[in-house]
Amino acid sequence: MSATFETLVAVSVPRPPVLGRVRSGLADVATLTKRELLIWLRNPSYIFFTFIQPVMFVLLFRYVFGGAIPVKVPGGYVSFLMPGIVAQTAAFASFGTAIALARQIQKGVIDRFRAMPMARSAVLLGRLAADTVRLVVTVLIIVGVGYAVGFRFQNGVVPAVLMVLLAVGFGVVICTVSGFVGLTIKDEESVSSFGLVWLFPLTFVSSAFVPVLSMPGWLQAFAKNQPVTTVIDEMRSLALGGPLGLHAWQSALWLAGIIAVFVPLAVRAYRRAS
Amino acid sequence: MTATAGAPTWSGPAILVEGVHKAFGEVQALRGVDLAVERGHVLGLLGPNGAGKTTAVKILTTLIEPDRGRALVEGRDVVRSAAAVREIIGLAGQSTAIQEELTGRENLEIMGRLYHLDAKTRRRRSAELLERFELADAADRPTKGYSGGMQRRLDLALSLVSRPAVLFLDEPTSGLDPRSRIGMWEVIQELVSAGTTLLLTTQYLEEADELADEIVVVDRGRVIAAGTAQELKNRVGGDVIEFAVVDPHHLAQAAEAVSALSEHQPTVDAEAGRVALRVGASGSTSLVETVRRLDSLGIRTEGLAVRRPSLDDVFLALTGHGAEAGNGAGVASRRGRNVGHRV
Repeated sequence: MSATFETLVAVSVPRPPVLGRVRSGLADVATLTKRELLIWLRNPSYIFFTFIQPVMFVLLFRYVFGGAIPVKVPGGYVSFLMPGIVAQTAAFASFGTAIALARQIQKGVIDRFRAMPMARSAVLLGRLAADTVRLVVTVLIIVGVGYAVGFRFQNGVVPAVLMVLLAVGFGVVICTVSGFVGLTIKDEESVSSFGLVWLFPLTFVSSAFVPVLSMPGWLQAFAKNQPVTTVIDEMRSLALGGPLGLHAWQSALWLAGIIAVFVPLAVRAYRRAS
Repeated sequence: MTATAGAPTWSGPAILVEGVHKAFGEVQALRGVDLAVERGHVLGLLGPNGAGKTTAVKILTTLIEPDRGRALVEGRDVVRSAAAVREIIGLAGQSTAIQEELTGRENLEIMGRLYHLDAKTRRRRSAELLERFELADAADRPTKGYSGGMQRRLDLALSLVSRPAVLFLDEPTSGLDPRSRIGMWEVIQELVSAGTTLLLTTQYLEEADELADEIVVVDRGRVIAAGTAQELKNRVGGDVIEFAVVDPHHLAQAAEAVSALSEHQPTVDAEAGRVALRVGASGSTSLVETVRRLDSLGIRTEGLAVRRPSLDDVFLALTGHGAEAGNGAGVASRRGRNVGHRV
């Protein structure tokens, strides 16, 4: 067979100009963002993780555990709690990212996208854009619930907005880690049962629900120095007033570091996930 | 798509694969595969699980790169001109592009957007495909509730949104019940009569027979035979008569009695007490004769039937071993056998 055709030279098709490629790439990202958001709105379990569970956490900690946890912040425990719970919710929202990516790989959706004339980055960028929208909505809802149970921003409008933005940014960064986990495990069931266990120690062994100083000494060493605590302390300073500088730097470094490690890992896992 | 308008013309076959090798670690998935499919023709890639069919499709659809050799789709190299290949191909089969939370129409609509069709064209194309694949009634229901057959039809429709010049279907009917499978065949046949070049992979000889102009049989990463369905069947020896004897002591006598009906020797499975005999095209007359001979000897049988050759028979004839000897293809070939018609 090969003898008949080996003289045939492959045709070369010129690639469209860069500007056109960027424009169509952006259109693809927009389409995929819309697609992911539509999926999210139609999926009861995603809705549960986004709305019901965080609201339950707010009520649980505010009214059940809260009375037993002494804190020294203006406004009492609910003021202490809300920045922590907002960050925890933002982190757990990345569940949807991991599960959706694992499922799309498992079913072959990603393969099909990769066989289409579409920028390969569009799938991950669309995912990230949809996750950002999702996080903004989630964070605003939790803050709203917080207001209903007595939480108040005490430091002015601009810091309050900055706190919301930091929470969303933190959530997006955690999404890149979860995205990597989902793309690596590639199995929806496994992802939903153990893919995100690492989020529990990170969010609970932090300053989210209790002052770090109330933990045993050996645990404090971890709790004080891990990124979730750093971010939450900064959010708390923004919401309630307090020193901003140190935690801001630490948060920025942590988030940049996680991005620098996990974005390339996620992209590599996506490339290999065929 | 816009890029195809000014594309250079290609006079060779629509799909051309030359000396392609692909290994995954220690596993040699493809070991020097050659293929050529003329424009508008249908090639059936037939083989058991692990033969390398899906690997071949993944290479041709730019999902993975070959280690050696070249693969061209409408003259475009799948490695060097991968983006240009993606402009003109469609893929469906084992993978699915369906998102189950979305309705059939939404799935089609989004696919149209990703191919940058304008709103009017998208609407028209979606409606046309839903109609053609008998999904119009279910168009606005979430696809989660679709039957297996409906999902496959929708998935095929999704791969056709862009009117691809070359279509790849990777085991388009695996896992479907017989009725849905035949429905899928009708849909594919219609498509083919419209002139689409098609490469389909299958584990079922009957399916390749039904749909393909030419069949290429692959085993452990190599092409072991190529030809029309009829040519392959002739090599296999056509229909097979099969039965089990009730009294195991009669096995040898039964095999002896039917051996004169064919130029081939009967295959005897002593453990199961079964006899199989290749009888060429004369299935029904040989069946009558088998019944008469066994009856006159007073041998009682069970499950006496004439069936079309299965993938197992093709493999037995071509390689001397059954399809089961391939990489863990036992389940696949047993399923394959069930496709054969019982008379």
